[in-house]
Amino acid sequence: MARPAWQRALGVQRVAFVLLFLSTLLIVIPAVAIIGTITVRGMGAVSWEFLTTMPTKGMRAGGIFPAIVGTLELVSLTVVFALPIGIATAIYLTEYATDNWLTRLVRLAIVNLSGVPSVVYGLFGLGLFVMFLGFGTSLLAGALTLAIMILPVIITASEEALRSVPKSFREISLSLGASHWQTVRHAVLPFAIPGIMTGTILGIGRAAGETAPILFTVAAFYLPRLPDSIFDQAMALPYHLYVISTQIPNIPASQRYGTAFVLLVLVLSLNLAAVILRARFRRRRQW
Amino acid sequence: MSQPKLQVEHLNLSYGPFHALNDITMAIAPRQVTAMIGPSGCGKSSLLRCFNRMNELIEQARMTGRILLDGEDITQTATPLVTLRKRIGMVFQRPNPFPLSIFENLAFGVRIHELAAGRAIPQIVEHSLQAVGLWDPLKDRLRRSALRLSLEQQQRLCIARLLAVQPEVLLMDEPCSALDPIATAKVEELIHQLKREYTIVIVTHNMQQAARVSDATGFLLLGELIEFDATERIFTAPRDPRTEAYITGRFG
Ligand SMILES: Nc1ncnc2c1ncn2[C@@H]1O[C@H](COP(=O)(O)OP(=O)(O)O)[C@@H](O)[C@H]1O
Ligand SMILES: [Mg+2]
Repeated sequence: MARPAWQRALGVQRVAFVLLFLSTLLIVIPAVAIIGTITVRGMGAVSWEFLTTMPTKGMRAGGIFPAIVGTLELVSLTVVFALPIGIATAIYLTEYATDNWLTRLVRLAIVNLSGVPSVVYGLFGLGLFVMFLGFGTSLLAGALTLAIMILPVIITASEEALRSVPKSFREISLSLGASHWQTVRHAVLPFAIPGIMTGTILGIGRAAGETAPILFTVAAFYLPRLPDSIFDQAMALPYHLYVISTQIPNIPASQRYGTAFVLLVLVLSLNLAAVILRARFRRRRQW
Repeated sequence: MSQPKLQVEHLNLSYGPFHALNDITMAIAPRQVTAMIGPSGCGKSSLLRCFNRMNELIEQARMTGRILLDGEDITQTATPLVTLRKRIGMVFQRPNPFPLSIFENLAFGVRIHELAAGRAIPQIVEHSLQAVGLWDPLKDRLRRSALRLSLEQQQRLCIARLLAVQPEVLLMDEPCSALDPIATAKVEELIHQLKREYTIVIVTHNMQQAARVSDATGFLLLGELIEFDATERIFTAPRDPRTEAYITGRFG
């Protein structure tokens, strides 16, 4: 005799649970594998010297100091450009814009920007900043390119942060006689800062790790000195890793894994910082 | 009677097709408490928001008629809203301090209007807290988050935050509805004290409260001002049968 329906349902339910659980587990495997391999094989290569000296012997030996500094400078400059524009756009969209065709166009642009492949940003930066505006291959051109790339991240996060500030804050402020701008400035923006910071850090993490956008705009193949201005070329970690992994024969694996490890630590700690900041903000938020 | 603080003339308000206030005319005397009563949804809050023109935040709200503040029409497009809202302030239904320190809550409006700077700000803070009876209990805790106060203290703080910008008229929209009876009694006592200096318009759906705190009372029903008179008269000898039905609890 066939089993009753409820027993069959229970059986199917168990199978479904196991399959769903295994699929979920599958995502953990690459994460552990990547982080594990690079940590195990890269940590040994990292020393104080590796972090603070110039590469030598055609990058086959020595440290990655200029690539680290280059990435830090690049990323800082990116934030200088992206943050004010991102926040301003988010404020305009949430606090001022009415729902008309222009606003919809802007939103469409933001959504599409975040879907553009990073190599396209690289070519765009090459065309606009390096060649047309004549900045040359430089920190400036690279930072502007990266800024455009991470703008959607910052705008979206800032908009969300601004929208999560209760409407009542705006009402109180206006009812006390504050102007629209004073309200935004003093009764909305301060309470959105943690969310904006979270988005910004995630954006920085993305900018720090990308190779394609800096390939044609800033990266020096080999520049065993620090850039002396924003119009100078610079080395950067992701591009350096690409170069020593594909372009130069006979490089000890420890150089590659060491570089990969440093890049990974940098990007992961940025993401971690964003996660912690968000969690603390959620917990502390009282409204 | 002296010149009214607020004179409402043929005021109409609609939200899109919905007519929320219908031809309201009334005069609000200075330094008195005027209560607006009526069943939920009759337009009490809407009327209050006409006085400081907060209805304009609602896109489809349209207002016609005139409101005179000390004889001056404040419904003009040219009326500066910043000045108007400084003179006519509002206390909301739910206590709503900013998630900032007690001090920063009080300093908010002072800074916005540049009423004081530097060391003069703490003076205004002290003054405002004293006016609502919070100075003694809180003077050593000004840096604490305002959200850690009791609801009653939060509502008092919100009143103090308003007093700090030196308004003339206080609009209170059911200021006690989130409070327990003891806290309510204390806030009512405060309202009683405040009318020495301020003109107060209070919305309440609690008739006892209206009877206790107000000098004049208006009864609104479905957007119409049914009756407006001295509180004593409204509660002892109402002229309109609908007012009588409401205050004797037969509907609402
Ligand atoms: N923003 C709004 N849009 C549309 N209708 C509204 C809005 N605010 C209030 N109303 C309507 O106006 C009427 C009066 O509301 P309200 O003034 O809040 O009443 P009360 O404060 O007396 O309870 C109600 O019928 C309500 O549904
Ligand atoms: Mg109401």
